[in-house]
Formats: sequence, structure tokens, C-alpha cells
Amino acid sequence: MKRREFLQTTAAASVGTAFLSGLPIGAYGYSPQLAALTNAATQSDKVLVIIQLQGGNDGLNMIIPLDQYPALMAARGNIALPQNQVLSLTTNTGIHPAMASLHNLFQNGKLGVVQSVGYPNPNFSHFRATDIWTSGSASNVTWTTGWAGRYLDGEYAGYPTGYPNTQNPDPLAISIGSVVSNCAQGPSVNMGMAIASTTSFYQLLSGGVDVAPNTPAGHELTFIRQVVSQTQVYTTAIQAAAGRAQNLSPLYPTAGQNSLADQLKIVAQLVAGGLQTRIYVCQLGGFDTHTLQVPATGSTTSGTHATLLGKIAEAVSAFQDDLQRHNVQDRVVGMTFSEFGRRIRANSGYGTDHGSAAPLLVFGSRVNPMVHGPNPTLPANAGVNDNVAMQFDFRSIYTSILKDLFQVTPATLTQLFGQSFPYVPVLRPGTGTATNTAAEVASFTVYPNPVARDGRTVVAYESAGGHVQIVLLDALGREVRRAVDQVLAAGPQFLPVDLSGLAAGAYYCQVREAKRSGSRIVVVE
Amino acid sequence: MNRRHFLQRNAAVLSASSIAVAQPDAPTATQAQQDPPEVISRYANTKLPTGLARTTTTLAPYTGTWGYAQAAHLLRRSLFGPTRSEILTAAGSTLTSVLNGLLTAPATAPDPPLNVSATDTSVPIGTTWTAQVFDQSFEGVRRASLRDWWLGLLLNQNTTLVEKMTLFWHNHFVVEFGDINDARMGYEYVRLLRQHALGNFRQLTKDVTVTPAILRYLNGNQSTGGAPNENYGRELLELFTVGKGPLIGTGNYTNYTEADVQAAAKVLTGWRDLSTPPVGSYFTASRHDTTTKVFSSAFGGASITSAGATEYQNLINLIFQQGETARFIVRKLYRWFVYYLIDAQVETDIIQPLATLLIQNNYDIAPVLRTLLSSEHFFDTLNVGCLIKSPLDFTVGMLRQMQVVFPTSGNLTAQYVMWDYINGLANVQQQTLGDPPNVAGWAAYYQTPQFHELWINAVTLPRRNQVTDLFISTGYTRSGVKIVIDVLALAQSLPAATASDCNLLIDEFVRLMLPISLTANQVDFLKNTLLPGLPDFEWTVEWQQYLAAPTNTAKKAAVTTKLQAMLRALMGLAEYHLS
Repeated sequence: MKRREFLQTTAAASVGTAFLSGLPIGAYGYSPQLAALTNAATQSDKVLVIIQLQGGNDGLNMIIPLDQYPALMAARGNIALPQNQVLSLTTNTGIHPAMASLHNLFQNGKLGVVQSVGYPNPNFSHFRATDIWTSGSASNVTWTTGWAGRYLDGEYAGYPTGYPNTQNPDPLAISIGSVVSNCAQGPSVNMGMAIASTTSFYQLLSGGVDVAPNTPAGHELTFIRQVVSQTQVYTTAIQAAAGRAQNLSPLYPTAGQNSLADQLKIVAQLVAGGLQTRIYVCQLGGFDTHTLQVPATGSTTSGTHATLLGKIAEAVSAFQDDLQRHNVQDRVVGMTFSEFGRRIRANSGYGTDHGSAAPLLVFGSRVNPMVHGPNPTLPANAGVNDNVAMQFDFRSIYTSILKDLFQVTPATLTQLFGQSFPYVPVLRPGTGTATNTAAEVASFTVYPNPVARDGRTVVAYESAGGHVQIVLLDALGREVRRAVDQVLAAGPQFLPVDLSGLAAGAYYCQVREAKRSGSRIVVVE
Repeated sequence: MNRRHFLQRNAAVLSASSIAVAQPDAPTATQAQQDPPEVISRYANTKLPTGLARTTTTLAPYTGTWGYAQAAHLLRRSLFGPTRSEILTAAGSTLTSVLNGLLTAPATAPDPPLNVSATDTSVPIGTTWTAQVFDQSFEGVRRASLRDWWLGLLLNQNTTLVEKMTLFWHNHFVVEFGDINDARMGYEYVRLLRQHALGNFRQLTKDVTVTPAILRYLNGNQSTGGAPNENYGRELLELFTVGKGPLIGTGNYTNYTEADVQAAAKVLTGWRDLSTPPVGSYFTASRHDTTTKVFSSAFGGASITSAGATEYQNLINLIFQQGETARFIVRKLYRWFVYYLIDAQVETDIIQPLATLLIQNNYDIAPVLRTLLSSEHFFDTLNVGCLIKSPLDFTVGMLRQMQVVFPTSGNLTAQYVMWDYINGLANVQQQTLGDPPNVAGWAAYYQTPQFHELWINAVTLPRRNQVTDLFISTGYTRSGVKIVIDVLALAQSLPAATASDCNLLIDEFVRLMLPISLTANQVDFLKNTLLPGLPDFEWTVEWQQYLAAPTNTAKKAAVTTKLQAMLRALMGLAEYHLS
């Protein structure tokens, strides 16, 4: 199919077109035709937005264990929030008041929290820890490629030779910031492109460059900058996508006030404009809060860290609003990460030093809107070297998102990360495209069903062997119980599921294997 | 070389440019793929940039500050990528003594190129082939050996102008190795240029006139009394000496006429190249035109009587009596070392006095270079950072400044293989040692109004970026040998206090690699690549941790990736293409 014909076809096929400044938008948005044209190994219109919080985010000051306030106050009384200021997500878990808009997102089912994410043998070096997170390696090995780069390298064979092309006119990954994120580093080349700054993005759209002084050196410099701008091979595609959509949310702050919001505006505009880029990386720096993360005098609800958290909340909620107004919210999932959390105990300078595990946020209309995992357990009198213990390996989060969002097979995931990792349902079931839905688990029964309050039932089925999870989800898709999360042998299995503590109502009982899954409604009477 | 062929090639270049310029403003991705690649950037000058701020400084000796910045400027223009230690040494000396060093040719000529291929069975590997008999089946590997050897000389140059001036003369007295088809003659030609690189222009012209490579390239070997071949006579006048002035009458180019071309051709008849080793040339009286050659009023109506094998020297002497010969070469030197724009002030205050100086010194080049390179004009801020690096300056300069370690002569084959690879990189950037595009040399030095801007277009710029990206990341590996930028070694070669302070570290690389300063925003951008979103002291922490455990893979990788990211970003700046 020729490109011109293709554009005509999609234009004709587009529905629900909105108008902006007299111009239709969304006309060239995602379409099955476009997906069918791509060379990618997997068809997908899904987008993953990664927000890197640079410097090591103090997770204990973002997601707060309400059930452990005495321990918290003992360890960090000089910086901890007053308990009555914390916004409750669940009975036991709260969120910083600067993130009130994310609290709303949570209540509206668009935010998930994963507790205590890390990896064994944590590294306290910013550079090394960042390399571990971006490469997806274990702590004791050094990988020179990024996890997203390896994924894209498998999807787009031969990149960059022959790219962009008619089938793949768009960048595979975009990072907004000084450098192309190491996440996207492929085996030979980086699979992404960097947009150095929001300013350079608008220059790219306008075709303009910084004009140097009217001197001989300035004259040549301006000339070279023009050629640099011209030779960005994805300029045309990005200009075209940006030209098809504008930011619609009034919630964005004024440009220049919140750099994360400025970056996410670009992402929203490009996604809404139909750019087929799968992965975006945004960055927010300043989390290395060794001193004065709260003011020395005044409320601990304010200060450096509160400002940073407020920026995340403001940016993410505006972004989510923008996506919804463009009706593309179901295509996009976002996640934050930081190279490490910070120490449980505060230092005397109203700051915190490098730590280990920390919570991360997952946002979007397709996320499982729950707090994954219990609160970290804090020692009653945390010493200077005490750290939050890891509950979830960060690679579990990556692989679960890749599996659910991009339908990456378990075999490929194992290849990408060198081993398999337990699945975490950070996304709700059915998030991915329907084309590659896992096969049904045959002959899967739940008996008894209905189940008496505080009773138990048994899942019986023929296991294919391998990692098996059995979970219960409530009507909103939140995971309320995890009965099985382990490797099982092939053959008949009879697995008890404890339903104690669950309110009466209908639940989904899901059985998940590497290549199959199944769901039955279970009723608690 | 056949002149007509040259003109056809040039015509192709010119027509391609007009297509590129006429491109629509926003081509689609598909259109962009179908369009022919740009040869001349659509952003290059469409007229000379005469409205720029220009200096009125003169050749008066520079007496201002002498420090790192001035030493770096002088060495950037005189060498291919001065290293940090070369700049520091020069900055710690005086301008006069630095110039003394730059203008001193090495006492001995470099050893000749060596055979590194089993294909050439005339000599063992590791022995020079330059004195062997010609064999077409060995020509390819010998030519590669010659080119690679030359590249090795650029890489391993000392603090001397010899290499940059040898390349200058190559661009002036052009031959194409591919056309002459005898690498032994190519070697003799390069040897001659290097011998006279800082010497006497008139003597070089005389020697070049009868060197076998030029006799072949410009058909002097086919020029006989019965049928003089005008090719060399024409290029000698038009491109090598007096240059072509305005057309002021039929066949009259002000500085010479068509009749002068014919007269010069007659003088030059009788010379032939000698292929029997050692290669050379010889004069055959029976092939010589013995008439008296009469020149136009441009040469004062002079005549040259038949004088056999020395007659060509009388022609060169006559041409060098013309003041325009001095001005012509001085303008070319100015464009090579300072900037391409020669306005009325530069013509009056720089070109004319230097031409006079050249004549006063009997056409010795060194005094002219010394005066130019020690002048107020040369060190004027407005003349700093305005040259666009040639591909060789860009590539060799990067390898030298980043101190990429090449195999030594102990691993001769690997050494030549790597030099060959670098030649290949320069070639795809549109500059090949030994093969300029035509007899006029690289267009960047003569084609108005674009001049040096011709080096940068939509094809060559990505290739330059690929080169720097390659060397800052994986490097190039062949037969188990790798050439790569060792960022840790580079950073550790800095004073400890500099390496461990992110601001000092970045400043040090910026002043080494860029000729002009960056804005605060640009420096922040670089800092954010070294230290993403982190306070400054974290670099010190990470660097010290690495120094405390230099064999720890994780700590090593941590600082390596950040230094690589910073240097990649630095080399990605438009400023990095300036000299």
C-alpha cells in the first residue's frame, strides 16, 4: 500500500473527529491499517511513559505507612509529615498532601502504587544504581544495553539501517532531556532519539535554530545548527504528529514552571497526534535531598521534596486529563522510577541519605488502581544504616508491563532480562490489544462457588507447568487476594484459595500462566 | 587529468546544488528518501557573508595575552587537533618560541610506507615497496599502503606545521592517486611536498613540474614539440601560480592569455615520467619544442629561448616575477589558516603586505606563515573559531585530542588496518588523502560563496556524528585490536582536582575541544549529561569511589557511562565542527 493511499484510507475511516482551530484532529490517529503496515514484530498502539526521578526519591515521604507512625517519627521526626496531613489511599497507606491530585486519580481508578520496589544487593551509587535500573540487570553484573533498547531491538530488526521508512516513519523511543535515555540503548545503537529540551522541541517544530552572533564564527555556527536541525531524520514525522494535535487540558501549569509538565505536554501532543513511538522517557531532577528536604523551620508539608512531589502530581494529573480529552487514555500507561529510595532515618540536616527500595507509581486508565504489597516494616528505632526492605524486584514491574501492554511473551521476557520474574498485576486484565490474548486455561473450576463469608474454595485445573499465579480481583479490577504465586509442575493441581476478610460480592478469580490465563466469577455470600 | 572531464564533474556538482536548494520546505518522509542527497547544503551561503562583524586588525605583531586560549587557537589551525598537553606546553612558552617549533621541519624525512599485504609479493611484509618495479596487480595494495602511511603521519605529527602544510600543497598541486596509477610515483610526490612544505614556493613549483606524478596527471608526459599538450601549462598558470583574473578580452584572463598557455605548453614539452625504479622523470630533446616562446604583455612580452632540460625553470622564474603569483598563494594560505572571506580591508592590510613579504623573501613560505600566525589579525577574537573543520581535521583531530591509542609498528598489519579504517571514515565525509575530487582541489577552498560550508551537508553531518558516536562508545575492533576513546584514561590524565570536580572537568574538555565558549545553558546541558538531575558533589563522590576501587566493574562502568554521555553530547554540539 502506498503511503498516500494509506493516509486517505485512514482519514476516511476516522470517526469521532474533534475540531480545533478549524482543523480536524485525530484524523490520522492510530488505526489498524497503520499497525498492519508496521514492520514491528508485534502490533501495538500502546505507549509506555517512563518518568525518571533523578537523584533518589524519598519514598517514605511520598507513600506513607500510616500503621507505623511511631517508628516513622522515631526515625525521622524532624522531617516527617504530621499524620493528620497525610491523605489516605487505604486504611494503612497514605500519600503526601502535595500529591492531592494523584490521590484523586487513585480514587478514580487511574493510579497504582507498588510498594518497596528494588533489587537484591542494592547499590548506593547514583550512577551505578541508575545503570541497573536502565539496563534491567542484576546488581552484580554490568550490562551495556537498556531494557527498552533490547525490547525494541527485537521488535525492529536492523535498526537504524533503513529507518525511518514508510512502514516505520516514527522514532521508536523518545527521551526528553539532555541525552537519549540509557533505557533505550540497544545492542549496537541507541534505539531512541533525544529532544534536548522543551525549547528544542518547539524549535524542531518551527524549523528554527538558535541564531549565533553576527561574527564569522557565529555565521558558521548558525549554518551548522541549521544542518543539524535538518538532519534529525524524524523531524518530519514529529512535526506532522505535533501538527495534528494540541494540548487540551487547562490543568497544565504555565510553561517553564514545571519541567515535567512541560515534557509530558509534548508526550501528550505526540501521542494524540498519532506518532507511533512506543516508549517515552521524561526526567525530573533534584531528588538527591541530602539536606533541607523540608524547611528547618515551618511545616514539614512544604519544602524541596514537597515541591518536587507537587510537580509530579501536577504534571501527571494534567497529562492524564489531556489524554482523556483526546480520548487516547486507554493507549497510555505511565510509571515513575528513581535509582533508589532514601534512608529510613533522617540526618540532622533535615535531609535523607542514599537508601534502597522505594515505592513507584503507575498511572493511566488501564492500571490496577491499588496499593501493591503491604507497607514496609520499619524498625522501632531505625539506625543510620537501616533501609526499606525490597518487596518487588523492579524487573517484575518491567516484565509485567511489557507482558500486559505490549504482549511480550514469557520466553522473550526471559531472554530480555536473563531470567523470569514473578508477575505483578500493575495493569488491569485486557489492557493489551486483543490480537495476542493469552489462551484460555481449559477446564478450570472453582469449587465451592458461591463461597461462604470467610470461607475457602479450591481451584482445580490442569497446569501446563511453570510460574502460576492465582489472584482475586474486585469489581474494579483491584487485586484483593493472591493465593498462588510460584512455580508448579505440569499436571493436575488443586489449589486452596482463602477468602477470609472479603466483603460479600462478586470477584474475579484469575489463573495466570506463562501462555494461558483464565477467569471465573466467584461470589462471596 | 583530462580537463574536460573535470569540467563535467564540476557541472554535475553545480546542477545537484540547484536541485537541493529548490526542495520544498517540508518534504514528507517518503519524498525525502527519494530526493538525491544534498551535495551542497540548502543552508550554505548563497552569497558571501559580507555583512558580518569584521576586524580591522593588521599584521602588526600580536602583543596581547598569551595563554591557553591563544595557544589553542594557534595550534588548532596549525595541527590536526592539538592535544591538551601540546596546548599546555605552548601556553607555558612564548608565541615566538612556539612558532619557532611549528616552523621547524623535522631533520629527517619519515621512513617510507611499508608493505602489509600478502598480495604484494615483490617484498616481504614490513619492507617498503617504493623502490620495486611496477606491477598492476600490486597497485591496489600499494596505493592503500601509501594512503594509510600518510594518515599515520597526520595522526603521529609533532608540534609542527609540516603536516598541515603538506596537505595544503596537496590541495594546491593536486594529483589523484587513482589517475596516476603508480603508488611509487604517488609516494615520490608526497615526499616532495613534505620536503618543501615549509620551504620555497618557487623551488617546489619547479620540482613539482617534473615530478612523475604530475607529468602523468596533467599529461606533461604526452607533450611533444609536434603536439604540445596544454593541460599542465594551463593549470600551472590558472591554478598553481598567477591564477585566473577577470576576462578582459578574447582569451585574455588579465594575468595570462590563451597564447601564454600555448607558449608555456611549448616550454614544457619533452618531459616524460620514468617508471624504472627509482621512479623519476627525464628530458628527451627530440620531443622538445625548440622555438622561442613569446609571452603576452601580462608577462611584459618576455620571451624564452630554447634551453633544453632547464628551460621549464626559466618559465617558472618568469611566472614568479609576477606579483600576482605571490598574492594568489597568499590568499589561498589565508583561506587555509584564517577565514574564507577576503574583503577589501583584508586584501589591503593582510594579503598585499604578505605578498610583498613573500617576494622579499624570495618566495620562502616560512616568513609569511610566521608573520600571519603571529599577527594581531590572526589572534583577533573575530577570527577565532570561524573555520569549519575539514573531514581530516575533524576525524584525525578527534582521535588525537581524545588520545585514541593505535597499534604500534610492533603490530604493523593492525596499525595499517586501523589507519586504513580512518581513511575510510574521512572518505565518506568527502575528503580522501591522495584523491581530491579534481585538479582544483577540494571545493571547500575555492568554490564561492560557500567555501568551507561545503564540508557540511545533510549527508556528511550525520556521518561525522556517526564517527564520534562510534569512538565514544564501542570503538572499532578488527582482528582483536580495538581503537576507542578511553574516557577514564582521559579523565585520569587531568589533574586530580580537575577530574573530581564536575565543573572543572567540563570546562577542561570544553576548552580543549571547542574554539569558542559556550553559554551557561549549554554548560548546564553538558552537566546534565554527566550528572543527570544531581547536585555537583555527587560527581566527586562517584569519581572518588571509582579511584578507590579502579578494578571494580560496577564503579568503573558508573563513571564511564557518564563521561561517555558528556563527551558524546559535547561532540554533538555544532561548535565541535569549528576550529
